[in-house]
Amino acid sequence: MTQLALVIDLNVCVGCHACVTSCKQWNTSGPAGPMADQRPYDADPTGTFFNRVQTFEVGQYPNTQTVHFPKSCLHCEDPPCVPVCPTGASYKRPEDGIVLVDFDKCIGCKYCSWACPYGVREIDEKQKVMKKCTLCVDRIYDTGLPPAERRPACVMACPTSARLFGDVHDPDSEVSQAIRDRGGYALMPEWGTHPANHYLPRRRTTIPITPDELTRADNPLKVDGKLPRPPKKDPALDDVTSW
Amino acid sequence: MQPAFSVLLLTTLIGAGQGLFLALYLAELWGRVGWTPQPPPSFLAAGAAIAVVLTGLGLLSSFFHLGRPERAWRSATRWRTSWLSREVIVLPMFMGALVVYALAHASGWSAANPVPVLALGAATAVLALALYVCTGMIYACLKFLQEWHSPLTVVNYLLLGLASGFMLATALAAPAATALVPFFAAGALLVTAAAFVSRAASLVRNARLKPKSTLATAIGVRHPRIRQISQGMMGGSFNTREFFHGRSRAFFRSIKWIFLVLAFPLPAVVLAAGLWQGSPLLPALAFVVQYVGLLAERWFFFAQANHPQNLYYQAVA
Repeated sequence: MTQLALVIDLNVCVGCHACVTSCKQWNTSGPAGPMADQRPYDADPTGTFFNRVQTFEVGQYPNTQTVHFPKSCLHCEDPPCVPVCPTGASYKRPEDGIVLVDFDKCIGCKYCSWACPYGVREIDEKQKVMKKCTLCVDRIYDTGLPPAERRPACVMACPTSARLFGDVHDPDSEVSQAIRDRGGYALMPEWGTHPANHYLPRRRTTIPITPDELTRADNPLKVDGKLPRPPKKDPALDDVTSW
Repeated sequence: MQPAFSVLLLTTLIGAGQGLFLALYLAELWGRVGWTPQPPPSFLAAGAAIAVVLTGLGLLSSFFHLGRPERAWRSATRWRTSWLSREVIVLPMFMGALVVYALAHASGWSAANPVPVLALGAATAVLALALYVCTGMIYACLKFLQEWHSPLTVVNYLLLGLASGFMLATALAAPAATALVPFFAAGALLVTAAAFVSRAASLVRNARLKPKSTLATAIGVRHPRIRQISQGMMGGSFNTREFFHGRSRAFFRSIKWIFLVLAFPLPAVVLAAGLWQGSPLLPALAFVVQYVGLLAERWFFFAQANHPQNLYYQAVA
């Protein structure tokens, strides 16, 4: 079984919002219609987004860490938003695990957004239907695109490669290896939604090295008490040159 | 959560309509047994017609909650998994049964065929009770909303709806069928008292709730001190509009005391005064007071629910 997902490396995300704008650019031009904005150039601009980058401060001054936190649909393996939908507009694709909304069936009752603990579904105030991240389902299977571009727009845009895309059920995929090797975790595990998207934690960037690790303790020249550079009169290995 | 007026009206109106029918049917049943005076068929027909109007108004207001009301018919398709879909199916079934019940009494058919009409009433009563369960479960099944995720939610919807239904039945009987007033009034007072107990129990329960999700689990950073600096936008979004009631703490608290007074003791006192004086109008006033109280109760019910997604929308910058 395939479960496509994003893995987001919080260690390298710099909070530039490139994923937000590229997501909006790609999806507002997509087949599901524009993602409408209200008062875009006025006071209190608002609109529909599939992806948001938030910023958190962890710790207390002066020992603080700034964590930039991109948030989009996590494509849960057990999505609570799907069974509550009264029309079947909200569904999870069995073939690749993407959670989608059928914009033609949605009645805009907002019940699915109540059932999502992550707040990643947003109603489009113009079309009056629920919208959410599609993992760029209209990009990733588009054979008209070069294979390298068959990835979600946010992944393409990320300047620090903080966003990885792949099948988290394939143990050899880049995302599975990243989750395994770099401590990938899921959000709000207490609700049993089993999000497919994972986050890679902040990591230490210093390597502790002690001086004795820099010199070779068992160097034979030192073991024998010999200097590294022997005197010039000593016989050389090839009888021509000295050390 | 942001309380939506369409949903406040829907749940209170259909709750009262179901309660009114159940009160009428109970009176008819007890009348057949001989415990209470037999309600006249014209009274039952008029009462059932009023229940149809109430549920119809509730159904109408529910459409205002939908972004795409023209597609509302689709919402009957996922009854296997969705309580909302089940409610969408049971509500028209209940209304249809109610119309037949009202016609059976209005046409005088019930006098000649009491048993089939009683059976029809029983089926309608089952639908009314099922509708309470569906309405309550829409909220109780959302485990993230810990304030709602409790059997008390379903019990409250049942008892509050029944209380307003009995209150309305008393108000209708006071001028039209005086002999039934003691039965309906006793029911109204009993159910109102029971509803007060269960609603108070849920208030106590919710006051002791400990949120399961914290900022630490929301962003997956194990640290006791996490503070949001930016939520990614400044002008607000659906997430800030739908999941926050946006009122002051004082307003929120005052609504709690308003509904605790308006929905339970005050209508009971007004109803008791009406019984004592034999007034035909005071029971109607009691119903109106309780209905306003139930609107406040429903507002509080929604506003009190603290959605875990709110953790992600704590600060604007």
